This record gives sequence, structure tokens and C-alpha cells, in this order.
Amino acid sequence: MRRGDHASPDSLSLRDWAAKTNGATGFFHDVESSVALHDLAHGTSLGGRLPELAGRSVLIATGDQLTAALALIELDGVARRLILCPPDLAAEHLRSVIADAEVDAVVTSGQTDACGELGVRLHVVCHPAIAPMAGRPDAHRQTEWVMFTSGTTGAPKMVQHSVAGLTAAIKRNAVHDEPVVWGTFYDIRRYGGLQIFFRALIDGGSFVLSNAKEAPRDYLVRLGRHGATHVSGTPSHWRRALMCPSARAMAPRYVRLSGEIADQAVLDALRAAYPQARVGHAYASTEAGVGFEVNDGLAGFPASMLGGLPSGVDMKVVDGSLRIRSLRTAERYVGGAAAALADEDGFVDTGDVVELRDGRYFFVGRTNGVINVGGLKVHPEEVEAVINRHPGVRMSLVHSRRNPITGALVVADVVLHDERTPGKSLEQEIIALCREDLSRHKVPAAIRFVPALAVAATGKLARRHA
Amino acid sequence: MTTKLTIMAEMQKIAGEQAKTLAALSDDLVLLDSGLDSLCFAVLVARLEDKLGLDPFTASEDVAFPVTLRDFVQVYDHAAR
Repeated sequence: MRRGDHASPDSLSLRDWAAKTNGATGFFHDVESSVALHDLAHGTSLGGRLPELAGRSVLIATGDQLTAALALIELDGVARRLILCPPDLAAEHLRSVIADAEVDAVVTSGQTDACGELGVRLHVVCHPAIAPMAGRPDAHRQTEWVMFTSGTTGAPKMVQHSVAGLTAAIKRNAVHDEPVVWGTFYDIRRYGGLQIFFRALIDGGSFVLSNAKEAPRDYLVRLGRHGATHVSGTPSHWRRALMCPSARAMAPRYVRLSGEIADQAVLDALRAAYPQARVGHAYASTEAGVGFEVNDGLAGFPASMLGGLPSGVDMKVVDGSLRIRSLRTAERYVGGAAAALADEDGFVDTGDVVELRDGRYFFVGRTNGVINVGGLKVHPEEVEAVINRHPGVRMSLVHSRRNPITGALVVADVVLHDERTPGKSLEQEIIALCREDLSRHKVPAAIRFVPALAVAATGKLARRHA
Repeated sequence: MTTKLTIMAEMQKIAGEQAKTLAALSDDLVLLDSGLDSLCFAVLVARLEDKLGLDPFTASEDVAFPVTLRDFVQVYDHAAR
């Protein structure tokens, strides 16, 4: 598999990329501080303790994203393994994570932690203030990057990537007319956010990091203030952003969606809100890596994408679910009882169910999220896509309600664009729309109008069976 | 509205929504002959739970399966007591 201009693996470490920025661009902005990546050429965020971390398996467990980003840049090629701890990792899982990933050092942003108690003695604090440093260890290792899958039930699964695989979808030496300023609603310790981290670094542009302590509307204002040109998020992130009056505070040139199904309604809403922007959706998962990008403004993807893309990504549909083979997929699951990540031919089963209609594949849901109505299957997402087409609807969550006759029924929680009182007629319009397009058992038996829907830390709608 | 009237009103509404022809509602009407199928009854039980605050079929395991409309109404009347 050759990847043309996606040369890999790079001989450059991430710090080399950072050092290539010229000081005029290449800023990472957090709420309170900004860092010029160029300063990392002769400086460190780790207080001179980088040599102690050489060859170790390092858990990156900072409170904020900026220090995590700096630590990742400095430790790539130096540490044996980097484990990107998402902010919502439950404390009860830490012990098994540390054991399974053979963690022998922890980087934090200074918060008190129980690492000593958990048997990890080496604790290094990362600061956004860059201090001068001489005598840096060689960054010659092929560092293993370990990430957590975005599933929300049970113990989190860890998957191992390489920088070559993680950055294989990113064009090198892309020419931009104007400096690129990236932003993402994702946390960079999630696959979708980490992609933007790498893009910002390799583009030599700047990056406006989101912060868990900042309200979405304030982040939108900050994106506007820094002149964000390329902004990414899940469809749920974007629907929430479009509900903020400050959505117009920014004027990106590129709007990117990933991580959930991008339905036609959200694509159209973004095109209307940002008429100057190219709106594209990408398919990616922590296990399968970046599959492909769709830039024709339509939901789904052309069936012609199956059977091998010039990018070296090979896709097929087996038993309704999308399978992907490429150099971008994760290498393996980390941990004792971990199963094989790919089948014997190297294909990863994404668990995302697709349906062919008029030469185009549409995502209809997850293999494990099916609602069973009297023996008939319903993917919540296919019903949501229809509900979301109603002009009054911002977003919806379809879920199962137990029923003594059919075992389960489909019901929907719906968020409207504005706060007008939802009337009976609106409910009937939505139901009528569903009846037009869906089989009877897929039509919601009840609709509840709610002010908001919970979005999980992964940026995806919180589903009970996700 | 009595439980019986509530049930009959919902049956008529659901028949309309689901494009089913509902038989004339009488106490002796056999539910299987009512024109409503199991999905309609599933929706009916869910709506009645919202309206009346109870689902007798889930609440108790020894509910005799109703055969006629009269049986069906009695299940709700018993459960409400």
C-alpha cells in the first residue's frame, strides 16, 4: 500500500514539526495562556525532567488539553509508550489501565493525584510556561500511542497506534493561501481531537484548544477572536454550537464533522450558517482510523468508494457493517484479555451499519444499538435522521421503551430550534414525516420535547446502549 | 372520563393513526377481531401508561391475558384499585 504524498513514517518527531514553525504562526491557544510551539525548539514544558521519562510508558493525565499537547510533542520519540488519558476516565479504571499499559510514569498538570498510591512513583508536572533547556534526549524511538475507545459502557478499551498511522490521512506540505487556524470541540485525547492536533502541528498553523471549564458559547467567541479557519466536531457538537447566538462569532473556511452520523439536516444547517465554508464529513474511529472524507455536501458516501481508494484505504460491507483495512487502523488492543482488532485479512469491523440507496451508502446505526420491536429491528439513528429533517427540529434522541406486548417500542426526545411551546400539531407533523419514510414499527410511539440532550464527553449523544 | 372511555378513545385514535379499520366497540368484542394488531396494542398500552399512570401487564405477572374488550378494561380497573 503506497500513500503518495502521505509519506510515512516520518523521520521527524513531533518536536521537529513544532520547531519548524516560525514564531509568527504555530500558536496553541488555551483560555488563559498561549504557547508558541517554536519555543519548544530550545525549551521544555516538563521542568527539565524530560530525560527521566525516556524509554518509559507514560500516562498523560493532565487536567487541561494544552499541557497534554505540549507533553505529547516533547515525549514523542522519547517515551516508549504514551497513554492518552481522556478527562472522563473513571478513577475505578485507573488501576487496570496502569497495569495493562505497564505505566511507569505519569505526567499531570500539577493536580493532586493518587498515582503514588497506585504504584507509579515517577510523577512529572507539565507547565504551559516553556523554560529553556539544554541536553535533550534523542527522539529516535517509535513511540507507541495508546488511546481509549469512545464506547461508554463497561471498562474502557485501549488501542495502540503509531504516529505514522495516526498522521497517514494528513497531507504534508499542503499549500494554504492564508495561515490555518484550527479549532475543535473535541478533546485532543480523543481520536477526533487528536487528528486536529496533528493537522495543526503538521500544517504549521495555530490551534485554538477547547477547555472543559469554558461554556460552548465562549469557545465560539474565542474561535472567532483567533480567526479560526478550520473547525471540527461531532454532529452533536455542531448542533449545540448552532443553538448558540455566538455561532456567528466565527467564520471558518472549513467545517468538518466526524464521530457520529452526519445527516443531511445538519450538513444543510452548517452550509446555511457558514456560507463561505466548505462543509465536509469524515469517517473515522479510534480502532479503524480515518477512513475517508466526503466533501460533496451530501450525507452518506458514494458506493464507488468501496473496494480500494487511492489513499490506500480498503473498505467492504459484510453483514451490513462497514469493514476497513488501511495503514491508519490501530495496531492492536492493549491489555491481557484483549481480542484481535482486525480479522485475518486485516479488516477492522467498525460496527457501523450501512445501507445502500441509489448508489450511495448511508449510515443507519450501530450493530449493538438496535431496538427490537416485536422481533423487528430499528436503528435509533435512522429514525433520528428523519425527525431531524423537520425544519423545527434541532436534534433528537431515539431510544427504546419497554413494552409488555412487543418487548420494546421506539420513542423520541426532541430538541427544537427555538423555545416556542411545542404544540400537538408539531408532534403530529413529526410523526407524519416518520410515517412517510419509515416502516410502522420504526415510527415513535411517543415524542417528548426536551430543552436539551446530554452529550457525552466523547462529543457524541449520550446513548444508553452506545 | 372513565377508564373504559379513555381506553376506547385511545383505540379509535390509534386505529386512525395506524390506518386500521376499527370494529364497532362493544364489551364482547374479541380483541383479535378489533382490527388492531400487536403493534397497535403495544402503542395502546404505552399511551395508557402515560394517561393512567399504570401498566398492569408489566406491574403484575399474573394478569390473565384479556380476550374481550371487557376483559381488557377490567385489567386496568383491577390494577387501579
